[in-house]
Amino acid sequence: MESIISIKNLSKTYASGLHALKDVNLEIRRGEILALLGPNGAGKTTLISIICGIVNPGSGSVLVDGHDIITDYRAARSLIGLVPQELGIATFESVLATMAFSRGLFGKPHDADFIESVLHDLSLWDKRDEKIMTLSGGMKRRVLIAKALAHEPDILFLDEPTAGVDVELRHDMWEMVRRLRERGVTIILTTHYIEEAEEMADRIGIINRGELSLVEEKTALMNKLGKKQLTLTLQQPLEAIPAELASRPLELSEQGDVLVYTFDCHEEHTGIPDLLRDLNEHGIDFKDLNSSQSSLEDIFVSLVREQP
Amino acid sequence: MNLHAIRAIYLFEMARTWRTLMESIASPILTTALYFVVFGAAIGSRMGEIDGIEYAAFIIPGLLMLSLLGESISNAAFGIYFPKFSGTIYEVLSAPVSYIEVVIGYVGAAATKSLILGVLILLTARLFVDYQIEHPVWMVSFLILTAVTFSLFGFIIGLWADDFQKLQIIPMMVITPLTFLGGAFYSISMLPPFWQTVTLFNPVVYLISGFRWSFYGVSDVNVGISLVMILVFMALCLATVWWIFKTGYRLKN
Repeated sequence: MESIISIKNLSKTYASGLHALKDVNLEIRRGEILALLGPNGAGKTTLISIICGIVNPGSGSVLVDGHDIITDYRAARSLIGLVPQELGIATFESVLATMAFSRGLFGKPHDADFIESVLHDLSLWDKRDEKIMTLSGGMKRRVLIAKALAHEPDILFLDEPTAGVDVELRHDMWEMVRRLRERGVTIILTTHYIEEAEEMADRIGIINRGELSLVEEKTALMNKLGKKQLTLTLQQPLEAIPAELASRPLELSEQGDVLVYTFDCHEEHTGIPDLLRDLNEHGIDFKDLNSSQSSLEDIFVSLVREQP
Repeated sequence: MNLHAIRAIYLFEMARTWRTLMESIASPILTTALYFVVFGAAIGSRMGEIDGIEYAAFIIPGLLMLSLLGESISNAAFGIYFPKFSGTIYEVLSAPVSYIEVVIGYVGAAATKSLILGVLILLTARLFVDYQIEHPVWMVSFLILTAVTFSLFGFIIGLWADDFQKLQIIPMMVITPLTFLGGAFYSISMLPPFWQTVTLFNPVVYLISGFRWSFYGVSDVNVGISLVMILVFMALCLATVWWIFKTGYRLKN
């Protein structure tokens, strides 16, 4: 698939000596939703800030729809809308005034109808004449999104869009992101809510300590790394796992009444029939069993932990 | 040229001016009026003429410069410092605008505000003193050049400052003394010869002298030199701004 953003060998070291990005290579596809996951301080915001022109790159190159972000910054930036993480928003002007400012800044002539439609989409139309300082935190967040959309960007960056917002706004945002995607807008979001990436993204990139450790289709990633667990609730608590079964990937709960068997769902032989037979032979009865697949969260935690 | 962006920044900044009209315009006018009352009416009547000009009239160009420099610097400095402080600068940095467009928008608005202020001070002065303007075209030119140059200088201070104190320190500690010692209230020919020479290193001397010439046709230093000095200072400011945006100093790191 065609790339809309092409990042090559991008590195960044801040004046403080912090090595924020280490040789990042990433192709972002036109029209996709890409979620960048990573713990705090992993380099997510630095990456976004460089693409958007807020931070100078160290070395490497970034092309946005074929336009270099340094030499051809006007063309590159015109395509991008950015919703920043912090609520740093000038507070004294009205919602309509700030929308007009954003649109003008990106070189677009004033268009009252378009601005009205964006404000309607984000349930901000009723607040259009209010000063931003009087709005609630959630409403301010909506204003930041509206500002980013004011110039009709083809690419939208959402930096931690739902950090600290209520459930209703979070669902509205997801809804909005889907609508934008239908219109062909490419969306890149950073988050450390894994639920969010799982819910919305087509692909997931994981950043840790400035390195992009992997980028994969969400479903492929979950299949590839997903582990299944079989949980058996026992009739009688065990003191220990019988020696004959110790070679199997089994774990006993502290009270000794739950056995957890972990297996790879892609193996042809899951080992479940063998396990059940062995349990039977040792006279271990169970009253309940259930199997579950690990979530993206488990995958993420295990990936981030793996690294030194 | 991204004209829409220049317009957006300019209008945004001017909206701030109208919002803060009382603080930004009323207080300098009041201060200037107080100077006129004290130095013009009260003390001025006991002073002799300087270079054949009545003292109250003599101090008008200097007083105007005092307000113009201070206001240009603080307007422009605050205009760019506040978005940096609040974080909204991200939008300007991520927009398809060149640094020249950003500067025209912010500095243009700050200079406009200073010019409005300058005109209001001139009108206020009229209530206290009868003055004449011999070279109105030059007077307006000096006014515009000074407003633009010192707005640029303020813009640099706003970019450089990383706390509110730094924002205040240059206008307080540098500009006010330079203006007071730059011949706002006296002619430098009244100083002992040694201090006359020292004074020539004060750039504000050239501003006030040139500006006073446009009013009364008399000056401490040659008008051409005054003009050149303003232009040199403006060029220095432009070069500094260019360097700041090129390297991203205190903006992009």
